[in-house]
Amino acid sequence: MNTTQQKKLLEAFIEIIRKTSAELPKDVLEAVQRGHRAEEKGSRADYALGIIENNIGLAKAKSQPLCQDTGSILFYIHYPRKLDHSEIAKLARKGVIAATKKGYLRQNSVDSITGKNSGTNVGPGSPTLHLEPWAKDHFEIRLMLKGGGCENVGIQYSLPEGRIGAGRDLAGVKKCILDAAFQAQGKGCGPGILGVAIGGDRATGYLGSKEQFLRKLGDRNPDPLLAKLEDEALADANQLGIGPMGFGGKTTLMGVKVGALNRLPASYFVSVSYMCWAFRRQGAVVTSKGEIKKWLY
Amino acid sequence: MIQLNTPLTEESVRSLKVGDMVELSGIIFTGRDAVHKWLYDGNTPPMDFRGGVIYHCGPVMLKKGGRWISTAAGPTTSIREEPYQAAIIERLGLRAIIGKGGMGEKTRQACQKLGCVYLHAIGGAAQVLAEAIQEVQGVFGYEEFGSPEAIWQLKVERFPAVVTMDAHGNSLHKEIESASGRKLAEFQAQARK
Repeated sequence: MNTTQQKKLLEAFIEIIRKTSAELPKDVLEAVQRGHRAEEKGSRADYALGIIENNIGLAKAKSQPLCQDTGSILFYIHYPRKLDHSEIAKLARKGVIAATKKGYLRQNSVDSITGKNSGTNVGPGSPTLHLEPWAKDHFEIRLMLKGGGCENVGIQYSLPEGRIGAGRDLAGVKKCILDAAFQAQGKGCGPGILGVAIGGDRATGYLGSKEQFLRKLGDRNPDPLLAKLEDEALADANQLGIGPMGFGGKTTLMGVKVGALNRLPASYFVSVSYMCWAFRRQGAVVTSKGEIKKWLY
Repeated sequence: MIQLNTPLTEESVRSLKVGDMVELSGIIFTGRDAVHKWLYDGNTPPMDFRGGVIYHCGPVMLKKGGRWISTAAGPTTSIREEPYQAAIIERLGLRAIIGKGGMGEKTRQACQKLGCVYLHAIGGAAQVLAEAIQEVQGVFGYEEFGSPEAIWQLKVERFPAVVTMDAHGNSLHKEIESASGRKLAEFQAQARK
């Protein structure tokens, strides 16, 4: 990349971070509105969702973070294979530092041993970069900002699981999903979305569960068995009555997304990640010259 | 909608019930992990907390033209302060705690015994809640604790929240957890067949 390309790509990274932090994607906004309409007027759930909708509008209008916890910074990047991946990684980190200075991201990354805040959001493991070369000559850059409150209520099951009576089949997986929604109560800032991975190992399971959040909320799982599981788990979870913020109500979850990875015969993990209502996920098609061509969500 | 004004009296706090939707106006103080440990260890803050309110919040603060303003001020998870909260309510004479996610048994009992309530703010609503802040009146421990952990004295107007733990020993968190637990047990039992 020449210096002009680098400069443009850096600007694209900063703009993707800004938009992700300040604006909810359309599919999530519509789900929040749908949830709001479903709640009884004058109820606590109605009150909570009204404030949430105001907040979404204000953040967008002021171009300021939706939530002060700007979260773990998770990049998923496809790049033209002729380019050097270390150069792209460097620009992504530079973009994070610049976006932090501009206040799009809070100073949110702390040394686990000393407790010292780097002040830049850059350090070991931050930001998380998933870089994949491809044969096309443009980039697709996706970003998720996932807050700590919802990350803390993620949970992993190893089946069979005696406590909830979950065996190694899809009925068992559904029990795990409902248990996860119950365990989270309102603590993950609901109404949330669950990303679920069946199989994999303990690390790839959680990785896969987060990748489910890259799907649009209204999409249909191409696997009919998983599509059915998603529908049923969502419908049942919304009968638990936990509601927005755990205040009680009809909208406990706005979506359940499930994927499957191969597993070892000895292992059967179900990994569940919880995403809060402030579901900050955006992406862009970026030309090889570094220009944002199209938003993906 | 119930309007509350600080300083809160024991009578006004005791009249609140779990589930009440409230708007709070007056003075509140932020305090999170570092401040709770510091207060628990017996240190005394320079401001008067009697009848007052602690808000579990690490706000984003900017200094503009010599004055502090808050650009994001949503609640943080309260349960981390559970080991300290009951003792602090008692020592400082607090009448309300604002946070998110609810608190545990010790705090519930302290609220009942001492006349205090837990007000649940809307998690993630950093912009709406920052808008409710009319004025940043002062800061204590900025150097020692750092900006998000410091005690910020805030004047708020109609700060929205829901009473989820009242001064009569009730907790909405406990109620919702047991009701949703019964429903969950039904679903799990059906799936076993």
